[in-house]
Amino acid sequence: MEAKDRRTRVTKLFLVFLRIGAFTFGGGLAMIPFIKREIVDNNHWIEEEDIVDIFAIVQSVPGVIAVNSAIFVGYRVAGFLGSVASAIGVVLPSFIILSVIALFFSTFKSIPVVANAFEGISAGVTALIVSALLNLRKASIKDVYGWIIAACVFLIMTVTDISAVYILLASAILGLIISYVRKKKGW
Amino acid sequence: MLKLFFELLITFFKIGLFTIGGGYAMIPLIQQEIVDHGWMSFKETVDMIAISEMTPGPFAINSATFAGVKTGGITGAVFATAGVVLPSFIIVVLIAKYSARFMEKPVMQSALYGLRPAVIGLIGAAAFSIAMTSFFNVPVNNGTIPFAGIIRDIGSVIDFKAIFIFIVAIVASIKYKVHPILLIVLSGVLGIILYGI
Repeated sequence: MEAKDRRTRVTKLFLVFLRIGAFTFGGGLAMIPFIKREIVDNNHWIEEEDIVDIFAIVQSVPGVIAVNSAIFVGYRVAGFLGSVASAIGVVLPSFIILSVIALFFSTFKSIPVVANAFEGISAGVTALIVSALLNLRKASIKDVYGWIIAACVFLIMTVTDISAVYILLASAILGLIISYVRKKKGW
Repeated sequence: MLKLFFELLITFFKIGLFTIGGGYAMIPLIQQEIVDHGWMSFKETVDMIAISEMTPGPFAINSATFAGVKTGGITGAVFATAGVVLPSFIIVVLIAKYSARFMEKPVMQSALYGLRPAVIGLIGAAAFSIAMTSFFNVPVNNGTIPFAGIIRDIGSVIDFKAIFIFIVAIVASIKYKVHPILLIVLSGVLGIILYGI
């Protein structure tokens, strides 16, 4: 790749991911169709089959799906600089919007009508999380061990102060042990 | 001040590193860390979730920025946001560079076999503690629920308005697939009507 071509790509990656960051609501998964359209259909930077693999990978490594996708695609298209440009692009709109909101939120919330609205919204957020939970459950819990792990984690988080970090580490180790024993015994 | 910036960076690095499965999976970890550090009250983190849903962009970035501004102004937000993105950067660039097949390794798959249900348990616990603050008028600190207080004064602390809004919202979401933004607007309007009278 020539230097000039790379520079054009880096600039374009920044703009594409800036647009994706500014116009997708609802986080990572909602961004996937937009990323595909921009990267595969409009710019032909990555093949269709490859982008499917990329989405599978970025969802199973730690981190934010949208940011992971931006970094991976950026790296494939224009190397390290490409991944930096894409990551900054996708994060910038959130950063600006949320900074402005956070600066004024306390004043805003002292208006009685707004405080009442947020009382209602907190019940709505509960509903939103519960329905996301029901959707995620199908792909995440495949068997009885899955149910046991989920139930134990729920109990530990609800009745103790143990950090979620340790709980996740323990679950990963448990996953390794169950898979190992299963293979050994041929379940 | 420098200590705070460093702490924001480290805390959000940890949050970024231990988020598997994106978005909602991050909620319990973010709430735990932010409330334990005393950066926000539990109630404020629920407001933050609502604001994140209503604004574009990924939840984790939105909450890192929000928490950063609340504690350390714009500079705080830069450190928090950089922190949450940094683990992704290191991991994803390494995978893109060396091996896209890394995730197919059995050891990764076995770890995920334990992690995926754990994430469901985490989100369930987050939903439960948010429901408790919403449905009962009792102060919740550090996300620990004061069960004894709730049982003692069950008649006076229960918030029927919130439970009503929850039922309307859950039916709208599951049965009619109402968009999350619309759902938040709807529950906001119901809140204004029910709590205003």
